Amino acid sequence: MIAHSVFFYIFSLIAIVSAVMVTVSKNTVHSVFFLILDFISISCLFIMIGAEFLGMIMLIVYVGAVAVLFLFVVMMLNVAEQKGQWFSSRWDGGTHIPIGLLVSLIIFFELIIVIGGWKYKPDLLNSLSINISTDVTNTRSIGNVLYTDYIHLFQISGMILLVAMIGAIVLTYRERAGVKRQSYVKQISRERNEGVDLVEAEKNKGVKIDA
Amino acid sequence: MDSYFSILFTEVYKILFLLVPVLVSVAMIVWLDRRVWAFVQKRRGPNVVGPFGLFQSLADALKYIFKEIIIPASSNKLVFVLAPVVTMTLALISWAVIPFGEDFVLADINVGILYLFAVSSLGVYGIIMGGWASNSKYPFLGAIRSAAQMVSYEVSIGVIIINVLLCVGSLNLSDIVMAQQNLWFVIPLFPMFVIFFISALAETNRPPFDLPEAEAELVAGYQTEYSGMMYAMFWLGEYANILLMCAMGSVLFLGGWLSPIDIFPFNAIPGPFWLIFKILFLFILFALVKATVPRYRYDQLMKLGWKIFLPFSLFYVVLTSSFLLYFDLLPGK
Repeated sequence: MIAHSVFFYIFSLIAIVSAVMVTVSKNTVHSVFFLILDFISISCLFIMIGAEFLGMIMLIVYVGAVAVLFLFVVMMLNVAEQKGQWFSSRWDGGTHIPIGLLVSLIIFFELIIVIGGWKYKPDLLNSLSINISTDVTNTRSIGNVLYTDYIHLFQISGMILLVAMIGAIVLTYRERAGVKRQSYVKQISRERNEGVDLVEAEKNKGVKIDA
Repeated sequence: MDSYFSILFTEVYKILFLLVPVLVSVAMIVWLDRRVWAFVQKRRGPNVVGPFGLFQSLADALKYIFKEIIIPASSNKLVFVLAPVVTMTLALISWAVIPFGEDFVLADINVGILYLFAVSSLGVYGIIMGGWASNSKYPFLGAIRSAAQMVSYEVSIGVIIINVLLCVGSLNLSDIVMAQQNLWFVIPLFPMFVIFFISALAETNRPPFDLPEAEAELVAGYQTEYSGMMYAMFWLGEYANILLMCAMGSVLFLGGWLSPIDIFPFNAIPGPFWLIFKILFLFILFALVKATVPRYRYDQLMKLGWKIFLPFSLFYVVLTSSFLLYFDLLPGK
């Protein structure tokens, strides 16, 4: 058990330190890298409590896909190192501190409610409508619950994601005039007699090409 | 306390026993790649150092070690140094779950295939970090291309994995191999095998999908600013990843350590050798593709990934699951 708790403290220390570094570091790209480190150490914690499926999904979805998009956006935005202007908005010179404080207060109280409820009302655990069996792998037990009892919720959340995705595409898509596109069918179905034109060049006059 | 150390030592011993052969075979595989490539083009390839030029990679490695490591002045130094390390580490840690035989695996975890998938999806960070930290145009363009490409093809690899999992009913790699005892999945899922192979080419930035390092446009892509041992680490990581993709293909579709037919001269050969044969077979296919196919255009690459592979593999998921359901073959009841 000693090794277990040593690893627990290592991973949670990394998680907390990198979470702090996300907000503190001046370079935005570094912030994203710390965020990735945070995700990775949290998924290690998931694996340590035996939730290996959640840990892996965390790695695949958050680190493998979401954080890559974060990195893309941050790198594209051309964010130079913000020197000595923490928490200040670049556009109006105002500060983000009030709204940041508000959001963190809300999250803090939410956490208190959740953890406090767990701590002071232990029979909350018994109110779960499904019993969790420990003898099957947790991939299987998640699947058993997700695709039977909660299939409608699962599908609705999928639909919402799909709608959000299509909505984002529709909102940002604009048809631009004068974009040259290549069509494979056209390119492949070109034949010799329409692609090659043999021209008799007249002496001292040359050929005029109209293209 | 004593038992911790004994466990630690046996684990370290096992890890070394796994990693040293992997690293040596990566060096050998580079030689093999160049040899196959040369033979297709009617050249000799590296044939001077050692018998058949076998030690060419070692000579190259020596050269890389003694070269100076140049860190550009305007680069982001920490990230710049970290990038090849990340690539190399991620390429090596995935080998922990590859089963070389029955009970011959370093970590026989329940979610082995998810682990492989997660680690290969982390592989993109080495490239993005290298490209960004170089603070130079070509590496950055290469990194962005590579990230887009790897994220796109991961999606189709994920769906292909779902196809295999439907037939197995477990995420454990040893279970996946054992499920193929009667029939390798390459036969019922042949189209998926082809798509997996092509996606693996794209995922490892191999030709014809080597746009991230397209030398005609981007010098060497994300590796442009790297030199010496750091370049060599990128290079080793890349080849270790290619080997890993070949191993993944043989575990998922070619029956891992199983012999093709279960009769005497074949099943006398121990399992690890069969796995190595299969990895080599897939790798030679990789090398042949490199030698024969011209590079894709970037829009064609994206079109292939999103508009052809993804819908087709999704369709195949529906086909596989309806087939299994109709004939009542679903595993894991």
